[in-house]
Amino acid sequence: MAYTDAKKRHGPGAPGGDKELILRTISLIIVLVIAWLLLSGIYDNTLILGFGAASCLLVALIARRMDVLDKEGFPLHLSPQIFAYWFWLFAEIVKSNIDVAKCVLFPKQYLQPSMFKIKATQTSDLGKVVYANSITLTPGTVTVDLHEDTVLVHALTKETADGVKSGEMDERVTKVMGEG
Amino acid sequence: MDLVLDILTWALMLGGCFFILITGFGLVRFPDLYTRIHAGGMADTLATFLIFGGLALQADDWLVVVKLMMIVAFLFFTSPTATYALAQASFVAGLKPVVDGYTDADENTDGKEEGK
Repeated sequence: MAYTDAKKRHGPGAPGGDKELILRTISLIIVLVIAWLLLSGIYDNTLILGFGAASCLLVALIARRMDVLDKEGFPLHLSPQIFAYWFWLFAEIVKSNIDVAKCVLFPKQYLQPSMFKIKATQTSDLGKVVYANSITLTPGTVTVDLHEDTVLVHALTKETADGVKSGEMDERVTKVMGEG
Repeated sequence: MDLVLDILTWALMLGGCFFILITGFGLVRFPDLYTRIHAGGMADTLATFLIFGGLALQADDWLVVVKLMMIVAFLFFTSPTATYALAQASFVAGLKPVVDGYTDADENTDGKEEGK
């Protein structure tokens, strides 16, 4: 029953269609096989390899049946730029870690907490979540509330608050998610 | 070669420990929950990465390195979600953030004002 429902939503006439579902299933199997090989480290035992392949197929089948192979559950449409974004985000994390460490050591000089609202320019839920999580991931700024396209941010110092207000991260997320 | 790796490992691990120590200081020192969350963010991100990076340099097998980096990646995905849940719950429950900076009054509030 559930399977036919899922088929109806993805079938001909639905956005994406059969072709996209097959593409997503195949790429999920590839990702699962890579993850299995990396985590198990077994390459010479045919029986175990067979079990691994079988479990990958089973998971792909269940995921397809559960209808989670959509844009959110398996974001195949993300461009390789997401890796460049992760590098940039990591550099930001390092910088803001040092800022927060300074603030802990010299609170009188740096500590200036503030709470403000900013607009997120992403259109999809996934894009907004990536943006809100990126804000939280950089120490010194935390997403307190995300409603429609308004993000409520709590910032530890003036510098970190200005960093979010400048909108650079927002722009980058929108570009990476292909929603600009 | 081993010596270089060992020195790098020490540097990374000590860096991670430094940030965790600072996190501990911050948790005690900052005035309210929201600012303390920022301090906790350091242990979640850079400190974790530095310590796992140090461990990865000591691994004999590259598969172990992959596994360690996967742990870091999963932590980087889940910890902001947990932080958001905490901040959101406090905000919805009506906890107001302190937004007027750090003053001398914040230094010695250990029960003095409550005691009066």
